[in-house]
This record gives sequence, structure tokens and C-alpha cells, in this order.
Amino acid sequence: MMNEMAQTATLPESGRRIGEVILDLKNISLRFGGVKALTDISFDVREHEIRSIIGPNGAGKSSMLNVMNGVYHPQEGTILFRGEPRQQMDPHMAATQGIARTFQNIALFKGMSVLDNIMTGRNLKMKTNLFQHALFWGAAQREEIEHRKKVEEVIDFLEIQSIRKTPVGRLPYGLQKRVELARALAAEPTLLLLDEPMAGMNVEEKQDMCRFILDVNDQFGTTIVLIEHDMGVVMDISDRVVVLDYGKKIGDGTPDEVKNDPDVIAAYLGASH
Amino acid sequence: MLYREAGQFKASYEEDQQIFPIRQDRVGMAVLLAFFFLAVPMFASQYWLQAILIPVLIFSLAAIGLNILTGYAGQLSLGSAAFMAVGAFGAYNFMLRIDGMPFLLGIVLGGLSAALVGVAFGLPSLRIKGFYLAVATLAAQFFIVWALVKFPWFSNYSSSGVISAQEIQILGYAFTTPESKYLLTLAVVTVFALVAKNLVRSTTGRRWMAVRDMDVAAEVIGIRPMRAKLSAFAVSSFYCGVAGALYAYTYLGTVEPEGFNLDLSFKILFMIIIGGVGSILGSFLGAAFIVLLPILLNVVMHSTLGSAMPPGLGSNLELIIFGGLIIFFLIVEPHGLARLWQLGKDKLRLWPFPH
Repeated sequence: MMNEMAQTATLPESGRRIGEVILDLKNISLRFGGVKALTDISFDVREHEIRSIIGPNGAGKSSMLNVMNGVYHPQEGTILFRGEPRQQMDPHMAATQGIARTFQNIALFKGMSVLDNIMTGRNLKMKTNLFQHALFWGAAQREEIEHRKKVEEVIDFLEIQSIRKTPVGRLPYGLQKRVELARALAAEPTLLLLDEPMAGMNVEEKQDMCRFILDVNDQFGTTIVLIEHDMGVVMDISDRVVVLDYGKKIGDGTPDEVKNDPDVIAAYLGASH
Repeated sequence: MLYREAGQFKASYEEDQQIFPIRQDRVGMAVLLAFFFLAVPMFASQYWLQAILIPVLIFSLAAIGLNILTGYAGQLSLGSAAFMAVGAFGAYNFMLRIDGMPFLLGIVLGGLSAALVGVAFGLPSLRIKGFYLAVATLAAQFFIVWALVKFPWFSNYSSSGVISAQEIQILGYAFTTPESKYLLTLAVVTVFALVAKNLVRSTTGRRWMAVRDMDVAAEVIGIRPMRAKLSAFAVSSFYCGVAGALYAYTYLGTVEPEGFNLDLSFKILFMIIIGGVGSILGSFLGAAFIVLLPILLNVVMHSTLGSAMPPGLGSNLELIIFGGLIIFFLIVEPHGLARLWQLGKDKLRLWPFPH
């Protein structure tokens, strides 16, 4: 594992360059009372890569994401983000540092339109205050328009122009997932955490979502950490894969290495792979 | 045929952001404002102005306040009447104790006192939600009314606890006639409704709604739920406070703390439920419905049945019909009159075609 960390790989076919380690998790342990959700897990995420976390249900994948963006606080272990160690952090701090995420169960703001949902994603970049909003004149309006332009770029990018004024509650599942991605992208994150972005989708929707994830990674250089159960997708788009089982790390490496790892086959992939 | 947006293209985001993006709506609003500002004071009777229109406007303002908190920020509250009391007694004391306090500044200061109190009673919302929070806001309702009675300083040691609002004067002009009081109330309510609309369509409003719809997701994209909730409590109580000050100054003239009881809080809550939770328009519709319907029922009953029925029966029958109508409306349209209006507009857009 140390050797693998030492080398900096490039992927010539897309021209994007895998950079330095951006997020380094060391010996993370997370317990809820007596239940050990994560035990002594260490891995890192490099800049611009697509890093997947796989494992059977209950392996601790979502807990891992929650640790990364400060929703859960591990009892042991250290997390280095851009080389800076962090102890206690809340999701708000994670967001200010440029970490955005989507949820396994869609967590959109149901009563708001698609546009408002995505605009909310930019709230950290909004500097005007309540009193300026009350007047909706001058700075507040300028800011609203400036951010609207950015949001429209995201809308174009994800091809959801036709639904921008629709309340999200009325959208089909696949599109809701896409809007949630749009809301995360609107924050222009450096690190994007995706929790099962393709769960419950049909083949076409999955293809679209894969394309968007690859495009985000390619065009914006966003680092992506991905949890997904569709092994075809994971092995196809990931640069490196980490495998969890019962809160322990059982494998880590490129898709090919992981695919052929006997422990991973036994725990998750099954013999037919 | 008349109400259609076809051919109205938005070429800039400014145009797309308008409160009324469809031209017919803008014209309609202008006509409506002209009607209420010009025609009504000229032709309406004193009774209509003083007993119907002024209270409808004031309750609309209070309902907007509660709608900001409950409809937009998702925090249930049963303390609106108490915040109105703070506004009324606050404005009274500012104008009583500071010489030459301008009227409008006085009611704004009354509103600000209510905002402060509202934030204090909003603190439990950081830990508790839903019905439990509603019960916690009951504490505000009872405590504030108790405090206003208990400490006679608030009512300037008046023996009955009743305060008599000072005469309203703005720039030397005394507002004594019902027409002038109506226009003053209408102007204040119009400005505050516009401000409320601006707030809910900006980042502030989106933060409130985000916390209402999914607080965990809101936190993950960098919204501080604490700030969002407390700012909603502050703005909401400010609106209720200003409404309370107007209630004392332009509507009743004399108020006592017990006038701002739980019944009034419930009344305002019913207004937003019937009018439409999370809608500024709904606040007006709900207030009009709750104030006007009993009067309408009364008129209808008297003109149809007249003196044929025993006197006690009439008022009870009114209450029964009133309650029945509320239930009927909630079954037909649980999202309130504002949604009904929206559906009607959507239908009108396509009319006379079915799709």
C-alpha cells in the first residue's frame, strides 16, 4: 500500500492528472455505543481522482462519508484535509472547505423548485444579509443574478433546463438524483462525496449519471468519492477502489487489483467474478 | 384567453426574477392597489373601514409573520398573539416615555422589541421540533401576557391594565378619521408584504425553506440551522409586533394584555392554515376569510331568518356553520385558498382548451 501511495499516476486518455493526497484518513474508528461501525480504517483520496468505496450492506460505507464531511465524529483516528489535521468539525465547516455531497436517500428540499434547490447550493457564496434581501435592490439583486448565472451553467451541464421551475417533489426519481447532484455542484466543491448516485436507476439513467460524474471529474477537476453497488460502473469509472466489510478495510487498490483480491471476492464480489 | 403568458419572453434574469412574471398579474396587482388606495377610502363607509378592512389588514400582517415562521421556516408557533402584545405595549411605552417619538419609528421599535422576545422564545427550537415546539411557544403566550399584567409599568400603572393608544401623528398630520387610519394601515401592510416577499424569494428565504424541508441536507451545504431558525423567529415576531402595534393604534385604540390571548394566536394559526401555509397571498386570503365569514354569516342569518329564531340560537348556529365551512375547505383543498387560487390561474392559462 505504501508503494502505491508513493507513485503519482496519470491517465493519458483523458489528460487529467491525479495530484497530491487531498484527504488522508488514518486509523479511523467510529462507534455508536457498543456497535463498531468503523474499525481502524486508513486510506487516502488524491486530487482529481475518482475513488470508490464498495462493500456489502452495513459495511460502513455511508458512515465513512459521514465521517469525511463532519456529520459523524470518529472516536479514534486522524483526518488530514489538504495536509491540515482536523479534530472536531461540523458539516458547515466541511462545506466551507469545499466538501459537498449527495445522499443515499434523496435529500432535496421538497417544497422548493429545482432552481431554488440549486441556488441554495450556492448559499455559502452569498454575502448579502437579511436587510439587503428585504429590499431586494442593489447588491442583493446583483448577487442573485450573478449566482443565477452560475446556477444556469450547472443546469446546462446536467441538461435539466426544462424542469428548472418545477417543484422537485413532482420529479421522477432519476431526475431528483440529478438535481441533487446539481445542488452539490453549484457549491463548486473541490471534493464531492456521492452516496449511491445510481441506486434504483434504470440503465439509461445510469449511463447518463456515469457520463455526468466523469464529465464533472474531467472538466472541473473535482475529486470524487463514490459509493456504489453496481460493480460494472464502479470498476469502469474508478481510479482506485477501497473495499469495506463489517467496518473493516479488506481491500484497496485499482479496480483490477481489487477485482482479483481473494478477500474481496470472498466477502463481496462472489466467485463468479 | 386573456390570462396567458404566451409571447412574453424573458430576456434577462432581472425579468425572470420579478414577483409577478406575467404581465396580466402585474396589471391586476396595480388595479387592485389603486382600488384599495383610491376607491375604497372614497366610497367605503366608516363601518367597513374601521370594523372590517383595518382588522383584515392587521391580521394579514400578523398572518404573514406567522407564515414566515411556520410556513417558510417550518417552526410551529402558538405565541403569535403574545408577540403582538409585545409590539403593542412596546410601541405604547416608546411613545409614552420618549418625547417626540415619531409614530412610525415607535411601531418599528415595538416590532423590534417583539423580535428580541421572539428570538429568546425561539431558542428551544434549536433542540425541539414540531408539536413539542408548539407547546414550548405556549410558554411565550402565557408568560408574556402574565408579565404584562403582573408588572403595571408596562401599562403605565393604569388601574385596569388597559392602555389607551396615543393619537397618531406623522409630520404634524393627525390620523383621526377612519379613512386616514385605513390608509396608514394599508400603506404599512403593503410595504411589509413586499418586504416579506423579497425575503422569501432571496437567500434568506431559501435558507428558511431548506431548514424546513430537510435540516440535515441544509447543514451539509453550509446553512447554519440555528441562524436560519432564529432569524425566522426574529422576522416573524417583528411582523407580529408591528401588527400588534397597529392593532392598538389604528384598530382598537385601547387594548389590554388579556386581549392578546391564546384564542387570538389560534385565530392567526387558522388564518394561515386556511389561507395557505407558505404563501404571502394566502396570509391575506386567510385573514379575510376568518374575519369576513362570521360577519357574512351573521348578515345572511339575520336577513333570512330574521326574528323567527330565539336569540341564543343564532350565534351558536353561526359558530357551527363557521366550523363546518373550515372543515369543508380543508377537505377540498388542504393547501389552502392560495393553492386554490393557483390552480384556478393554471386552469385559466389553458382555457378554453383542456390541455
